[in-house]
Amino acid sequence: MLALENATVRFGRRAALDAVDLEVADHEIVCVLGPSGSGKSTLLRAVAGLQPLDGGRVLLGGADQAGVPVHRRGVGLMFQDHQLFPQRDVGGNVAFGLRMHGVPKGEQRSRVEELLELVGLPGAARRAVGALSGGEQQRVALARALAPSPRLLMLDEPLGQLDRTLRERLVVELRAVFRRLGTTVLAVTHDQGEAFALADRVVVMRDGGVAQSGTPRDVWQRPASEFVARFLGFANVVPATVTGGTADTPWGGVPVPAGSPQGACRLLVRPSAVRLGPRDVGLPCVVESLTFRGHHVAVRLRPDGAPPLEAECGLRDAPEAGAEVGAAFAAEDVVVLRPDAGD
Amino acid sequence: MRGPASRRGSAVRFALMALPVAFFALFFAYPVASIVGRGLRVGDSWQLGGIAEVVGRPDILQVLWFTLWQALASTGLTLLIALPGAYVFARYDFPGKQVLRAVVTVPFVLPTVVVGTAFLALLGRGGLLDDLWGVRLDTTVWAILLAHVFFNYAVVVRTVGGLWSQLDPRQEEAARVLGAGRFTAWRRVTLPALTPAVAAAALMVFLFTFTSFGVVQILGGPAYSTLEVEIYRQTAQVLDLSTAAVLTLVQFAAVGAILAVHAWTVRRRESALRLVDPAHTAHRPSGAGQWALLGAVLATVVLLIVAPLAVLIERSVDGPGGYGLTFYEALQSAEASGGTFLVPPVEAVWNSLQYAFAATAIALVIGGLAAAALTLPRTSSGGAPRAGRLVRGFDALLMLPLGVSAVTVGFGFLITLDEPPLELRTSWILVPLAQALVGVPFVVRTMLPVLRAVDERLREAAAVLGASPLRAWREVDLPLVRRALLVAAGFAFAVSLGEFGATVFIARPDNPTLPVAVARLLGRPGELNYGQAMALSTILMLVCAAALLLLDRLRPDRSAGEF
Amino acid sequence: MSTTKKITLTALAAALGASTLAACGGSSGDDSAGADGGGSKTVTLVSHDSFNASPAVLKEFTKQTGYTVKVLKSGDAVEALNKEILTKGSPQGDVFFGVDNTTLSRALDNDLFTPYEAKGLERVPEAVRLDKDEHRVTPIDSGDICVNYDKKYFADRKLAPPQSFDDLAEPAYRNLLVVENAERSSPGLGFLLGTAAAYGDGGWQDYWKKLRANGVKVVDSWEIAYNQEFSGSAGGRAAKGDRPLVVSYASSPPVEVLYAKPQPKVAPTGVSTGTCFRQTEAAGLLKGARNEAGGKALLDFLISRKFQEDMPLNMFVNPVAEDAKLPPLFTEFGEVIAEPRTMAPEKIAENRDQWIQSWSSLVLK
Repeated sequence: MLALENATVRFGRRAALDAVDLEVADHEIVCVLGPSGSGKSTLLRAVAGLQPLDGGRVLLGGADQAGVPVHRRGVGLMFQDHQLFPQRDVGGNVAFGLRMHGVPKGEQRSRVEELLELVGLPGAARRAVGALSGGEQQRVALARALAPSPRLLMLDEPLGQLDRTLRERLVVELRAVFRRLGTTVLAVTHDQGEAFALADRVVVMRDGGVAQSGTPRDVWQRPASEFVARFLGFANVVPATVTGGTADTPWGGVPVPAGSPQGACRLLVRPSAVRLGPRDVGLPCVVESLTFRGHHVAVRLRPDGAPPLEAECGLRDAPEAGAEVGAAFAAEDVVVLRPDAGD
Repeated sequence: MRGPASRRGSAVRFALMALPVAFFALFFAYPVASIVGRGLRVGDSWQLGGIAEVVGRPDILQVLWFTLWQALASTGLTLLIALPGAYVFARYDFPGKQVLRAVVTVPFVLPTVVVGTAFLALLGRGGLLDDLWGVRLDTTVWAILLAHVFFNYAVVVRTVGGLWSQLDPRQEEAARVLGAGRFTAWRRVTLPALTPAVAAAALMVFLFTFTSFGVVQILGGPAYSTLEVEIYRQTAQVLDLSTAAVLTLVQFAAVGAILAVHAWTVRRRESALRLVDPAHTAHRPSGAGQWALLGAVLATVVLLIVAPLAVLIERSVDGPGGYGLTFYEALQSAEASGGTFLVPPVEAVWNSLQYAFAATAIALVIGGLAAAALTLPRTSSGGAPRAGRLVRGFDALLMLPLGVSAVTVGFGFLITLDEPPLELRTSWILVPLAQALVGVPFVVRTMLPVLRAVDERLREAAAVLGASPLRAWREVDLPLVRRALLVAAGFAFAVSLGEFGATVFIARPDNPTLPVAVARLLGRPGELNYGQAMALSTILMLVCAAALLLLDRLRPDRSAGEF
Repeated sequence: MSTTKKITLTALAAALGASTLAACGGSSGDDSAGADGGGSKTVTLVSHDSFNASPAVLKEFTKQTGYTVKVLKSGDAVEALNKEILTKGSPQGDVFFGVDNTTLSRALDNDLFTPYEAKGLERVPEAVRLDKDEHRVTPIDSGDICVNYDKKYFADRKLAPPQSFDDLAEPAYRNLLVVENAERSSPGLGFLLGTAAAYGDGGWQDYWKKLRANGVKVVDSWEIAYNQEFSGSAGGRAAKGDRPLVVSYASSPPVEVLYAKPQPKVAPTGVSTGTCFRQTEAAGLLKGARNEAGGKALLDFLISRKFQEDMPLNMFVNPVAEDAKLPPLFTEFGEVIAEPRTMAPEKIAENRDQWIQSWSSLVLK
């Protein structure tokens, strides 16, 4: 459906998109993930035609979009802060795209009803957009973007401004809606939880380029680089040297999965790879702090003369802050990372 | 290195600018440059040496000095009198406030002939002051200063009061809670927030009074002459084009400087202020102090603004056999006016309306396109500070006609628009074109802030949903700016209706506008003529007042209007 | 409604059209016959704001000649002439009406007119034929600038109104006279020239010193003098004017009658007949006129009896053609000015600027 070839956008000397190649298949939900300034919004704007390319191509359905104006690209875009038309009511907003495409009045009305039903706001057509809550506005924006049945729907931080519980609920709803309609979706977000919950495939961006692309499980389990690992929230990344089945790290020897590349590398130790035991077993540490995360506890450890280490354990097994413990490592949750290009 | 689409963006901007630029080039820059050029050239060579000589002449120095000091004095006096008014209009609720706000704006669009006559009737012999205390101010500089206050009171009330009414009073309250006295709180919190608006208003008043023509001409008597009056005299009466050209350049430089400073204060004013709905800041006055202030402001308004207007009305009904509508009846027949008009004077109303409609249409198209071009988004954010500066320059350029003598423009038309396809000198279209020149700045000033406030991403949202750029403008911008557009149209209309300068300097076919008809009636002996002049002035005043009252209802609540 | 719409649309179209045309930079030197050029049936008369003619009379002209008159009003007399000088060679119209003794030399020096001897000129007395040898201009009307007095004021005080320039300097008339600025107003200039004609090149300054000592008031325009300061006019009465003597026209008293409702039996004002300065006003065929034939026909018409008799009530001036009869209003309420002062245009041209300058330092400063 969508293909970017070598797409490049420059703002002055800085490349906001640096020779990006990306493909989105029909009915696929792809989520672009990255810190702010990584070029993910520019990517969407380039696809929509709102941002002219300085190089490369954007193809939709195989056709080069150079010279095709925004309103003829047949894509949908849901803006970060929704951008509902303030002078129109809910129905007027949802019907806007239909009107632009010359859909007859009666058909417009029934389609609006149908879409409002779909996003969970039945009968809201006459309401003023100013009177809607954040979540409701988000639903109206979604219905508006879906109404003209775009061949590609793009979402820019779709849930960015909502509170956490609402976000978590909506992301599930969104995925269900897209699955049901078979929509092809390209979304961008800086929130990994949102990305992993929504996407079939995740693309991590850094400095205008693609840092990693894969299924949520792939990316989560095998971050390709220290950048991706750290962006995903992993703190236990250290320089290491792999020799056989063991890596030499500031924390001492850490076992690595069989078949890992040898030599100098960066090593990610997932918190789940750290097993806590009595002080005299493994690396001796002091428990610095505990963070309760619902079903598990994140434990911050300070080993003697080594970088801090994050561990994870069950509520029941959590040590007290200040306690002295020993840390051992399990090979299956240790990942040998490719060195970062930029480092 | 920029992509084709970004080049297309610039192309759109230039396309939008093309018409306004062509309009100003053709109907302003070219005529003015031609007439100035003719004055500065002898044969084929430029005589720039004469500039210093003219500027150094004692009589010219005196004109320059008087122009400057009367403008400073008028500005100071206007601020002194109008700032309390701005406060009262911003912060107090009282019955009739809306109507009164429209009334104080009426002078701004009245032609100077009418105002001059009203002031003579008030301050001159047999005027109110003369009757009460035997004081006469005509042919003194006080008459000029007071008339300037009369004209510009609304500029201050609207520019400063508009912002004042939206300043959050809680900030001042916060300062008082922190231990500041009432005055200290005002000085530390409100005054700094208001300063840019006060500066902008002061500069506008300075600009208008610096270029004052009719008021000085009518009220000043032979002893006083401003730069603008002198330019008129040197051009139309003496035909000393080289002196006129030098004076025009001097005025141009001065006005350019004023506008530059004004643009700067406007930009400062755009700095983030916490603005609130004016409906929440106004309250009914309470306590003797506040009532006294309200009373004082109302008394000033009555004495300074309502009284001259009332005198006009009184004179218009003060017929030969006591009060009556004789003069109004006379307006309806060509007979009664003898030879003064070939058609009944009341037809001047109709002429004026037609011209004003045409001028409004032109001003809206030109001003609207200019405003649209000025708000066009920069296509790539790496874009161009250079374009930004260009745009700001254009913005200021649009204001220049307000500061250039109408006689310069009118005489410039004569020597430039004399060949096909621009053989327009004898065409009626020249009148609305000249009026539009003055209307455009008002349209741009009104539209610009509103257009700038339209979120670019709303247009993008429309585009993504399938709206072409034109459609997006119609669907997104137009509904949001419709009110501003109406307000702009109203102002352009009122200004064209009262426009006198350019209209009289153009040789025009014999269908006089209202102000011209008033001037002509005043130029004739006889009671009926004088009375009809008063009656026509009254009609003009009422039409303006009605238009403004309508506008006040339309004015977007949150725009801190400039005029 | 529809007219308005049409005008608005035309305005738009014109603005757009004109701008686009100019933007294309076309226009070149091609001198194609303009829309109303060449053999047009329109003849354009450029004049000052005071020009007026009855529509019926202008229609009569169309009937006689087939030409329609388009009148362009171009400011006051001085301004209108200056505009013609400025646009010399590319005039706004075909005929200019509004040069008089004070401005004729300037017009001729600037070579504005094509000579043409109008048909019927023999009915105009020799004395008022300006440029009688070359016929570059054709005299059309004459008018007298005189001091007017408020009859009631003098009757109430049993004081005889002044009759001559000398009278005006008498103590009996101290602080009674208001005049216009000779620098800026044409009746003001006319009055100054009248005194110069009366007292000679070397004597008028002394006379003005006496006038000044006698409390003469100078204002900028006729409008202010007559409608604000003069106690005898309707406007002045309303404004409580307190000067019973004003420099105005010999035709002002009949006009006061014409524009009063109901009409009084006698004029409220009178003319000091010894203070009059006569000006003859003329018209000429503009060089470069697009419709010369029409212009010539119009000049003929302007001295025809029809137009000459229509003129007094429209412009409050006297006809120059001997066969033209004055309207009853003028004969009934006006006064005959037997011996007005005059001055040759050449002499005025020679001295005007210098006189004005010394006048203004004498009286204004």
